[in-house]
Amino acid sequence: MSTAIKDRSSERQKRMLAEYFDALADAPATGRKVVYTFVPGNLTELIENFGLLPVLPEINALQNGMRGRTGDYIHAAEKHGHSEDVCTYVKADIGMLKAGNIGPTGKPLPKPDLLLLSYTGCFTFLKWFELLRKEYDCPVVMLHVPYQGDGVVTPDMRAYVANQIRDKLIPELEKLSGRKFDPDRLREALKRSAAAEDDLVYVLESAKHKPSPIDAYFGGVYYIGPIFTAFRGSQDAVEYYHELREEVDDRIASKLGPVTPDGEVHTEKYRIVTEGPPNWTSFREFWKMFYSEGAVVVASTYTKVGGLYDRGFRHDPHHPLETLADYCMGCYTNLNLPSRINLIESYMREYEADGLLINSVKSCNSFSAGQLMILREIEARTGKPGGFIESDLVDPRYFSAANIKNRLESYFQMIEARRQRA
Amino acid sequence: MDLFIGIDLGSTTTKAVAVDEHGAVLGRGITNSRSNYDVAAQVAREEALTNVRFEVLARRLRDGMPDAARVESQLLAAYRLECFLGALSRLEDHCRRDLENPRFDNDRYAMLEALERILGGVRDDAVQVFSEPARSDFFRDLAGASFIEHAAEIARNGGPAFDRLVGLFDRNIIPVENETETRGFHQLLIAAAGRVAGAPALAALIDDVARTRLHELRSVGTGYGRVRLPFPKECIRSEILCHGLGAHLMFPQTRTVLDIGGQDTKAIQLDANGVVTSFQMNDRCAAGCGRYLGYIADEMNIGLQDLGPLALGARRRVRINSTCTVFAGAEFRDRLAAGQAREDIVAGLHRAIILRAMSLLARSGGIHNEFTFTGGVARNPAAVKALREVAEENYGKLTLNIAPDSIYTGALGAAHFALRDVAVKEAA
Amino acid sequence: MTTDLQTDPLTAVVARATELYEDVELQSVRDWKARGEGRKAIGFLPIYVPREVIHAAGALPVGIMGGGDQLEIVRGDSYFQSYICHLPRSVIEMAVSGRLDALDGFLFPSICDVIRNLSGMFQMLKGQKYVHYLDLPQNFDPELGGRFYRHELRTVADAIGRITGTAVNDERLRRSIRTYNVNRAAIRELLALRIEQPWLVPTTEYYVMLRAGYLLPPDEHTSLLHEYLEHARSSNRRPLDNIRVLVRGAFCEQPPLALLRTIERAGCYVVDDDFVLGSRFIPDAIDETGDPWEALSQAFLKHSLPTASKYDEANNAADLLVQRVRDVRADGVLLMAPSFCDPALLDQPMLAGALDKADIPFTSFKYSEDTGQFQVIREQAGTFADAIKLWGKA
Repeated sequence: MSTAIKDRSSERQKRMLAEYFDALADAPATGRKVVYTFVPGNLTELIENFGLLPVLPEINALQNGMRGRTGDYIHAAEKHGHSEDVCTYVKADIGMLKAGNIGPTGKPLPKPDLLLLSYTGCFTFLKWFELLRKEYDCPVVMLHVPYQGDGVVTPDMRAYVANQIRDKLIPELEKLSGRKFDPDRLREALKRSAAAEDDLVYVLESAKHKPSPIDAYFGGVYYIGPIFTAFRGSQDAVEYYHELREEVDDRIASKLGPVTPDGEVHTEKYRIVTEGPPNWTSFREFWKMFYSEGAVVVASTYTKVGGLYDRGFRHDPHHPLETLADYCMGCYTNLNLPSRINLIESYMREYEADGLLINSVKSCNSFSAGQLMILREIEARTGKPGGFIESDLVDPRYFSAANIKNRLESYFQMIEARRQRA
Repeated sequence: MDLFIGIDLGSTTTKAVAVDEHGAVLGRGITNSRSNYDVAAQVAREEALTNVRFEVLARRLRDGMPDAARVESQLLAAYRLECFLGALSRLEDHCRRDLENPRFDNDRYAMLEALERILGGVRDDAVQVFSEPARSDFFRDLAGASFIEHAAEIARNGGPAFDRLVGLFDRNIIPVENETETRGFHQLLIAAAGRVAGAPALAALIDDVARTRLHELRSVGTGYGRVRLPFPKECIRSEILCHGLGAHLMFPQTRTVLDIGGQDTKAIQLDANGVVTSFQMNDRCAAGCGRYLGYIADEMNIGLQDLGPLALGARRRVRINSTCTVFAGAEFRDRLAAGQAREDIVAGLHRAIILRAMSLLARSGGIHNEFTFTGGVARNPAAVKALREVAEENYGKLTLNIAPDSIYTGALGAAHFALRDVAVKEAA
Repeated sequence: MTTDLQTDPLTAVVARATELYEDVELQSVRDWKARGEGRKAIGFLPIYVPREVIHAAGALPVGIMGGGDQLEIVRGDSYFQSYICHLPRSVIEMAVSGRLDALDGFLFPSICDVIRNLSGMFQMLKGQKYVHYLDLPQNFDPELGGRFYRHELRTVADAIGRITGTAVNDERLRRSIRTYNVNRAAIRELLALRIEQPWLVPTTEYYVMLRAGYLLPPDEHTSLLHEYLEHARSSNRRPLDNIRVLVRGAFCEQPPLALLRTIERAGCYVVDDDFVLGSRFIPDAIDETGDPWEALSQAFLKHSLPTASKYDEANNAADLLVQRVRDVRADGVLLMAPSFCDPALLDQPMLAGALDKADIPFTSFKYSEDTGQFQVIREQAGTFADAIKLWGKA
């Protein structure tokens, strides 16, 4: 990632991540307790409140995917009886565990002292931690986050989540850490979260400029890194997003396009909205298929899996537990299909996009089931062409470069042909 | 004369189409894609250019020659024969060189003698073969069939073993396919004219046509192997766009195109100008593509071309749920064992393929009139029948277009893109 | 055929249930609605919805279990990628082809991400009809998950009450609980008979008898079960030299009848399974006297069966499976899961581990509701049965 975006902010992010993985590697020595949890609905501020360290298995899987290790891990998990058909994040994680639990930076990952099953927008999470519980023999706390089936968060839903946090999760965390819950400390952290969120939204929305100074998908995954993982609520995150915002401002002022591993995009030919996660095992190659054609992603739904900040939500220090509940329920994959379609439609219009490109990943039914309907509905509502490609998160067997390139080229050329006709 | 060339580099065949400045098709060429894409493109292109010259010649003949049609068709056949014989003598050269290998030290003489007899037989057969409509466009197919026949006879009569003789062909056909004819159009045609009554008198005309300069203003490449073409990036187009435009040119009222090839299936929606508005391709697995029918034909030990006619004899509808190529054979055997009739099962398989295609069509936006069906599977009558049935059950009465030469659809579209690119550049 | 039906009451009752099973057009629901003015029917997907609530509002609960192997998928495939299971394809096919038009509303209980998202697709397709995702609690504390669930139940009851014009009150709900308790008792009898004398209850018959309960009003289904039990018990069927197996993994997308027949013919009596799981998800009677909402809630939180889609809070689902194998005296286990079924397939390594540890033979395979090829499964199940017969283990 350092060669991808050689800005000060990316150097800072690199340092933050290195320190974080060091802290994890040192945890057995320092005696810090470790909580495994998931990105959507992660309660980082609360975990920090008890001096605990979060580990996010999806992040390990995707980082390992980018480093080319997941093929072997998945193979190992399948040898242990895991089906070819299921989520490859899970299998990459199990495979990593079987291979000695060495994290993406090459340092060992600590065992969990608690599995915080923030069960948001994905059923697989539930099975994932049941599987890890068998491996580690450690307690699990289930935080059931209701789905926005009717497209709204009702007061009962909010109360359900907030009560689980208050009556179940906090006592468990107190027990594990031996520390009392500190509401003031939480409020301070939430204040910092909100500040960072403001700057993140500013950065994401900068893509409304023409040319867009950022790529909101391939670049976007780096931008969301700190706030979606272990750093939300930290001073580091506040500074990172502040710095990032200044850099983006500079690019806007100079009318510069996004930075890519091969330099800057000079001519923005296509403005694309994407739906679905990227492929991690061939991330660079995949990205190149876009920028080599002058395609820039101006908005993506994937960068909302860890929180939908650009629609107004901010962590609210005045209602700490309710705001955490709202945060969990508002993550992208916890939205029902009509809400997702509405969101994408508004992105298409607000960002003046030329088309919607769906990367449908085999692993993630939470994203994928219904995407063909999303595609048709967006085409009908906006009159803009949709494109559809299929790959996977971290299973290299499911990234057929020639196939995907063929489709992407056809798609971009179709946009061009339609534009010429108009 | 100014020409615009489209080349479609497919996974099994490579096609070339040449059009004039009005977009009229002047010549076409086709060859196996092989391992060497460059040669395939060159061979197809040269064949197209040859056909352009024939077209020019034919137009001139039609001006004032009483039996122009006969002369034209015989001349074309004789020309092909000449090309065939040229390739055959190259094959002979390769085989002879091959026979110098020490592994033939024990039976070199017998092999050489057999080779001469076989090739003599192939030569005699060729004269007969080219007096009738061609069974195949490919040297490998025509020469191979005849070679095997003669080799078998020699082996039967105490000559070298059949396997050894056929091995000779198999090894040496590959370099032959990767070479091109050394004689030019003029030389070949003069030789051909010698074989056609009344044609030798045309020497002056032939000279003239052969001297006509063919000026390729622009070429556009497309197809799955397009990135392998030695073309600049702006001269390469996606096969979806080319296929859509080609279908539009063949049937201008086309709004939806279905293409089922060996390895992939495409559903394309077009506007009134032939611009692609939406498309879908099958996912990574080849279920429901032409290859699936190939597996079934293999399983039944019949030719692929016999599968459709067999299915048309079905009396009962059998529902097949899987179009997975991996399971195709097993499912077929299972059903036979369960007492179902061969033709009924095969008809069910055709319907299953069409149902897969229907889902791709639905994903791309449905079927809109007129509906054009292309690709290898469009030549299969049972597939066409099933498609018509299912399409009309779901989308009402439709005009279903199937062009006999639909294999050139992509190349035709590419040639027109070449034409348009030049027009746009000139306008600018 | 008609003479057969008249002479053999067992054949007749099975034929009646089979006819319902094959009714992908939902003709029986249309007929039921036509028999009374303003009748309404509410569809629900696997695994479990508290049908008592629908029933109490005066509506007919109708299980939507997919199209099996009888439905030709023309449009359904265009909604789903090839790596998604088969059930939603046939459900969408039924919806867009008008086969579900007899239904006045749809409940999608939480099972997995695919069925969850299918609820949103139905909201898009059937905008004018009631479509609700029923979020069953994964927190089993009566004060947390219970409170949330009771509220969900009341919301659903209100909505269906508005459709039928009959508001659900406590008394009506208690009466419906009673009705379903009688049905549950009949199902328990069926399960018990099969455990004791599996040769009297062939798997396909057992299966269509359960499925009939997803189309018939509960009273009618109970009568049908009683009728079946009476005739099955008195039939002169003889035991075969089959092994006894327990089946797990088939709780959502259902296996086709031909697959069930294949398993039995390969030498396996199915003595326990999770087919049509919702019909006995709460095996025992629910309290009929107190607060009915509380009763339904407690039944789910504390007395429902373990299954892959439900969080295994007590960390004992695999042990319960081992216990169940012993209770029903099964010789082995078939872990059969639908292709691409996340919950079942992710569950499998845990169940397999526990079976291994307990030295219980098992074998696993995948199927889909429209599986048409049985050769592999026939051989696999046959070998499994033979091995157990010969050596007591596979």
